[in-house]
Amino acid sequence: MEQLLELKNVSAGYDKNIVLSDVNMKVFDRDFIGVIGPNGGGKTTLVKVILGLLKPLKGEITYCVNTRNFIGYLPQINKIDSKFPITVYDVILSGLMSQNQLITSFNKLDKQKADELLEQTGITHLKKKPIGELSGGQMQRVFLCRALISSPRLLILDEPSSFVDNKFEHELYGLLHDLNKQMAIIIISHDVGTITSYVKTIACVNRELHYHQSNIITEEQLADYNCPIQIITHGHVPHTVLEHHH
Amino acid sequence: MYLTPSSNIIIKPFMEQIIELFRYQFFYNAFFSALLASIACGFIGTYIVARRIVFISGGITHSSFGGIGISYYLGFNPVLGAAVFSILSALGIEYISKKTEVREDSAIGILWSMGMALGIIFIFLTPGYSPNLMTYLFGSILTVNTTDLLLMALNTLIIVVFFLVFYRIILYISFDEEFARAHKVPVMLFNNILLIMVALTIVLSIRVVGIILVISFLTLPQTTANIFTKDFKKMIGFSVLFGCLGSFSGLIISYYANIPSGASIIFSFAVIFIVAKVLKELTLSIHLKHQ
Ligand SMILES: Nc1ncnc2c1ncn2[C@@H]1O[C@H](COP(=O)(O)OP(=O)(O)OP(=O)(O)O)[C@@H](O)[C@H]1O
Ligand SMILES: [Mg+2]
Repeated sequence: MEQLLELKNVSAGYDKNIVLSDVNMKVFDRDFIGVIGPNGGGKTTLVKVILGLLKPLKGEITYCVNTRNFIGYLPQINKIDSKFPITVYDVILSGLMSQNQLITSFNKLDKQKADELLEQTGITHLKKKPIGELSGGQMQRVFLCRALISSPRLLILDEPSSFVDNKFEHELYGLLHDLNKQMAIIIISHDVGTITSYVKTIACVNRELHYHQSNIITEEQLADYNCPIQIITHGHVPHTVLEHHH
Repeated sequence: MYLTPSSNIIIKPFMEQIIELFRYQFFYNAFFSALLASIACGFIGTYIVARRIVFISGGITHSSFGGIGISYYLGFNPVLGAAVFSILSALGIEYISKKTEVREDSAIGILWSMGMALGIIFIFLTPGYSPNLMTYLFGSILTVNTTDLLLMALNTLIIVVFFLVFYRIILYISFDEEFARAHKVPVMLFNNILLIMVALTIVLSIRVVGIILVISFLTLPQTTANIFTKDFKKMIGFSVLFGCLGSFSGLIISYYANIPSGASIIFSFAVIFIVAKVLKELTLSIHLKHQ
């Protein structure tokens, strides 16, 4: 498989506070990596480093793909201003921002792609709506479309299932499964029970990165990784197992 | 619409009177400065409102008064001093809030009052001639000269071309700066260029409505536009429209009622806003009844 990017001894943080230390990671084409870890463990920070939004304090990142923008990204929290005067359609097209269509207007193909994505995520009827009139889950779908419209080689989703209902969450994983035939996917989720049944490999981030080359992970391993997350069972049916009641 | 003969008689001389007014150079200048300010503020104001940087713009406006004061003291053209001060404070606010511990709104507050204080000190230190403070604080559209007009035309042209060419970048950066940065868009560069445009538009509009009232020119037509549309592009269009409507009627009211033009223009904006809001509510309730 073709390598997409590599992190070598990367340490990162904010104002000299190290949040991630000595991360080594390679991402290959068609990878499907589930990233888990406690709140504040550094998952979002890792994504920011990969996206080039946060400069590492140490170490280096190498991108092995030549296209200017090969990563599609769905952010975790949207600090987005819901009263901003923009329509759903424009938000989706903004995913093409780094392709040179900025000055000229979008061509037929782009618009067709946008319409397809609207259809796939079931929000065609919202196309012309201002974003202020959407619910949290609908907004999340719009952001998924925005991440996908550039046909990225790598798709990064930071907790995509927050806000979305069970039905769409299920559809989302189905969609990701199909998309994985064309692109690598990194998905951050706290729903370990569900993601382990879809992803190919698991990474645990808790200041350090422990990359586990399979989707099977046991409680002992989590303990070794210093990754305080309970549960773990497996199966082909997505399910969530709650921690034990006392 | 059916016009009775009598209303025709009233309207016709009124239109003729207005056309008469254009024979005067001062009115001609005033009219065109109002037009140019409406266009420039329509674009820049929409950006300011959409991005929620109204308070920054207020800071830029007031700090420019320091530039005006210093220019008087040193004998420069006040527009030049105001432009330098407003650009420096625009970039200064950005720098202070991003690179230091000082919070953005505090930085704005400090520059805001510091500029005003400097302005007053230097105007009082200037020997002999003391300029009419009211002119700067509340505007004097009837004293706009040809140089002002040319500068405004140039500024407006640059803004319109810039927005037409980079419309999508401007929209995307304003909407989600981090996403734009992840796509390797030169966000800092665009932010700074736009801030400079904000500063220059403010300085050139001070002539029309004055330091204290400029912020309304950048927010009232936009807020009115926002009643009818939630689309950035259309909001610019409507803002220009409402800006023209308000500033022309304000200009004429000020001429006939002999009141300061800045105030009558802003007052017109407010009236248009209220009328628009009421109309919108009415159509909404009629719509609901018919369902
Ligand atoms: N902008 C920031 N400035 C300073 N510190 C930050 C910033 N963003 C995150 N941090 C700190 O970095 C650490 C890691 O945060 P990060 O957002 O990467 O965690 P996470 O694993 O994504 O957590 P969550 O599961 O809650 O999303 C936290 O301790 C947080 O306080
Ligand atoms: Mg996070």
